[in-house]
Amino acid sequence: MNFILKMAWRDTRASRRRLVLFSLSIVLGVAALVAIGSFRDNLRRAVENQSKGLLGADLAVTSRQKLPDEARAYLAGLGGESSRETAFSSMIVFPTRGGQTRIVQVRALEGAFPFYGEVVTAPAGAFAQLREGDHAILEDTLLAQFGVSVGDPVRIGEATFTVAGALQKIPGESPAVAMLSPRVYIPLRALEQTHLVQAGSLVRYRTYFKFPPSLDVEALVRDLRERFRGLQLGLDTVEHRKRDLGRALENVHSFLSLVGFIALFLGAIGVASAMHVYIQQKVATIAMLRCLGATARRSFAIYLVQGLGLGLLGAGLGAGLGVAAQLALPALFRSFLPFEADVFVSWRAVAGGMAAGLVICLLFTLLPLLSIRRVSPLLALRSGFGEEPPARDPLRWALYALIGAAVLGFALWQTDRWQRGVGFALALAAGFGVLTGVARLLAWAARRWCPRRLPYVWRQGLANLYRPNNRTVLLLVSLGLGTFLVLTLYLARESLLREFRGSTGDDRPNLLFFDIQDDQLAGLEALVRTAGAPERQEAPIVTMRVSALKGRPVDAVLRDRALRIPAWTLRHEYRSTYRGHLTDTERVTAGSFTGRVAPGTEVVPVSLEEGLAKEMQVQLGDEITFDVQGVPVRTRVASLRAVEWQRLQPNFFVVFPEGVLEPAPKFHVLAVRARSSAHSAAVQQAVVHAYPNVSAIDLGLVLQTFDGIFAKVSLVVRFMAMFVAVTGIIVLAGAVLTGRFQRVRENVLLRTLGATRRQVQRIMLVEYSVLGVLAAVTGSVLAVGANWLLMRFVFETHFVAPPLLLLAAVAAVTAVTLATGLLSSRGACDHPPLEVLRQET
Amino acid sequence: MTDQIMLKVERLTKTYATAAGPLTVLREVAFSIEAGAMLAVVGPSGSGKTTLLGLCAGLDQPTAGTVTLNGTELGRLTEDERALVRNDCVGFVFQSFQLIPTLTALENVLVPLELRGGHDGLAEARELLARVGLGDRLGHYPVQLSGGEQQRVALARAFINRPKILFCDEPTGNLDDDNARVMLDLVFGLNRERGTTLVLVTHNHELARRCSRIIRLRGGAVVGDEKALTTDSADGHR
Repeated sequence: MNFILKMAWRDTRASRRRLVLFSLSIVLGVAALVAIGSFRDNLRRAVENQSKGLLGADLAVTSRQKLPDEARAYLAGLGGESSRETAFSSMIVFPTRGGQTRIVQVRALEGAFPFYGEVVTAPAGAFAQLREGDHAILEDTLLAQFGVSVGDPVRIGEATFTVAGALQKIPGESPAVAMLSPRVYIPLRALEQTHLVQAGSLVRYRTYFKFPPSLDVEALVRDLRERFRGLQLGLDTVEHRKRDLGRALENVHSFLSLVGFIALFLGAIGVASAMHVYIQQKVATIAMLRCLGATARRSFAIYLVQGLGLGLLGAGLGAGLGVAAQLALPALFRSFLPFEADVFVSWRAVAGGMAAGLVICLLFTLLPLLSIRRVSPLLALRSGFGEEPPARDPLRWALYALIGAAVLGFALWQTDRWQRGVGFALALAAGFGVLTGVARLLAWAARRWCPRRLPYVWRQGLANLYRPNNRTVLLLVSLGLGTFLVLTLYLARESLLREFRGSTGDDRPNLLFFDIQDDQLAGLEALVRTAGAPERQEAPIVTMRVSALKGRPVDAVLRDRALRIPAWTLRHEYRSTYRGHLTDTERVTAGSFTGRVAPGTEVVPVSLEEGLAKEMQVQLGDEITFDVQGVPVRTRVASLRAVEWQRLQPNFFVVFPEGVLEPAPKFHVLAVRARSSAHSAAVQQAVVHAYPNVSAIDLGLVLQTFDGIFAKVSLVVRFMAMFVAVTGIIVLAGAVLTGRFQRVRENVLLRTLGATRRQVQRIMLVEYSVLGVLAAVTGSVLAVGANWLLMRFVFETHFVAPPLLLLAAVAAVTAVTLATGLLSSRGACDHPPLEVLRQET
Repeated sequence: MTDQIMLKVERLTKTYATAAGPLTVLREVAFSIEAGAMLAVVGPSGSGKTTLLGLCAGLDQPTAGTVTLNGTELGRLTEDERALVRNDCVGFVFQSFQLIPTLTALENVLVPLELRGGHDGLAEARELLARVGLGDRLGHYPVQLSGGEQQRVALARAFINRPKILFCDEPTGNLDDDNARVMLDLVFGLNRERGTTLVLVTHNHELARRCSRIIRLRGGAVVGDEKALTTDSADGHR
């Protein structure tokens, strides 16, 4: 043992820097795993410590209708404190900013909410002012965006409020909520003055409760669910929040861990490839040791110790870097977290990350080490001659199986469902398979079709793609994968943004007004016409719920576990419309669309969106009974429609024919086309001025919001992709340095034979350019393919691949490859030929 | 010198599988040498000298025939068992020195002892290096030594485990005349001092004549087996 350790240490003398570089390949992978694992543990502890603040109360009861008196009385009888909130979307007007408007979530609050946790406002304590006078607390971003200050007036509906402060944080909600629609808190008692809540308005009623600690809230929830089944209440408790949050955290953690694992895997391949070359250079030493009496096992052990040391070093450095990187993660996730997390080092995560790094690194290192067992001592006498072709090594196959099992094991460990784990492992195998296959194909093609008429430096550079010890496969896999991950993100963003932008490109509507009452419709239509914004679509909206499906009451269907119909499809408050024709965002895929029925039709033929029909497990001819605000309406599925939801136009799950819903309480939606964002703002101001209850959605704003969310999400993913991409660069630098000795020898021979330094440099330039371009192109092709699949099957939208973006990606990756390659090879031309030739003897 | 047989080779044949078909490089070779004897194997390039040396030292397995080294038939041993035999009683000197480039001269010499788990060979290693004229180069790496010096380190390494038999493969093939002369004086001197059996592969007839016996190979077969006229072993001097 002593000899093995001593020899392993001595043998590294000439190559310690090189070995440290090999170990760097896995540093980032381990760092990613440690950082993510530790961050997850930080969050878990934060969830545990701040659990009450996750909801701000012990129980929140939410409903779409005002609670009936019976329910209110029952809840009031439970004891403890309560706080009521009425929430809806509306327009806020800023009189000090020339009457500019913005759609917001109005929350009219009464009582001492939050009971747990703290509301953070600027100035501090402003939230308490809601209880005195007509004050409003505005989302922080609104103040900044519209240049509004504390003390300024704002108008909501017909009421005016004074801004008391900016909302920065409130228990129970993540700041991401504000990205979709900023929140404005007003006192509940002032709600009446706004005149915004009318029959048919989309309002959410919520009551927060604080109970004595002795009360079993979970038992109460079960009781309430049973007692008020028909009311379809939303019941949220701290435990629910913890569970939901825990699940969300696990999902994010598993996604990020898998990306981190790709970096580790890539690094391990880098280590294996570098070790392969390293061991090749050690064959003479190994043969000599065998001559002097070292057994195969001992010779193997010497290099296994080196591999272990390398893995330990990489894992140790990675753990250190991971702990440091962990500090950056809270800032990255701040917008998505409903609480502050204290940063501490989770030794469990450090150990887990290091173990994963060490195991994967060791398994990959064993691949090249296996060949040591077969180094014949005869090689000390003469190299090469008489070597038997390598027999099939069962240990090698066992090792491949172990690597597969380790990858699968890790994936299963990180994912909650085994299908996902297997899927990840298969996708990884497929990705590597494709990249390796393409690399081999390209190397083959370069050998087969390299034109002889090309200048010498070109031929020599291209020949490097297939010569022994080439780096084609390694480079294509590492850089190709990095390119693929980063570019997939950019392409997805482009495709989705393009889809939204597309709807502004022609004559499509780009401004939506909703909450329009029956008696306001004609006036509002005239107003937008006068304002120069032509009407594109108008739709009446009637809210309703499903009360029976195929003749069975909804409660019975929900209780029937065998059916597995998602509860939301039966509990959802449907906002349906009626009309005599199809719109340009939908088409019938089955049955026939009925546009009109005679008054008094007993079973109304309706059209269902095909996705909903599938979820509800209904087919053409099946019967659904809707409760239209107290009136049961029997319907029959007469047609199914495919709907382009992504188009900013009023689209519906259920479309009724004309002749049925006209007398029902309803409101209208109006889609118009504004010429520009300034025109859109002017039209909105005019409409809100005349009809304060009407809200508007501006496509420009939606686009901006979407882009904002995407930017934040992509920042996180880019952060992770960076680990993969930088690992690719380290692997590349390692590969170049590993082959450096061989390269220096070749350069010297070329120079001895009369090549100029410039020619030698140009050969390297050609080689790295070609490799960079090939890696980038392969990665781009994969990204384009993945995006096509994503857009086709996940987002169900059109896929775009802007040539400029692709070109920029190819150029960037090539530049990075070239820079890394040339930097790592610098000095390769500086050795005097004699110095190298002397070493040869 | 005793009459004990140190190396016995019987009907030794070695055939390699090549792309062009089987290639027999040794056929039916047989001889034996006593402990303390000095044998030279001579013959033109490609006559099978190095292959014979490799088989005799247990570096490879014959296709047919047997090699018995110090009473042990090597064919019955696994490669790892043969490694132990090599460590126990064999020394090597190669044409291309074969020093481990990452070890100093002293460390290179110590390897065979360290492989045995020995810790007390330091003084002997120093002494051997001093004996070959490198007492002041102990901490130097192979790359810092000349060819002649590297070969002398290899010789010191060959003797450190007090081998019963020393295999030399063209030990002066990469050396100039002066260095070759110094090297040979050392080889024969140390051999005589320690009573080691010597098997020397060379195509240098003058060098071969310094041995007590010469076996001539041609086309893989023994074509001559003679006692040298003037031998180092006979008169102790050149």
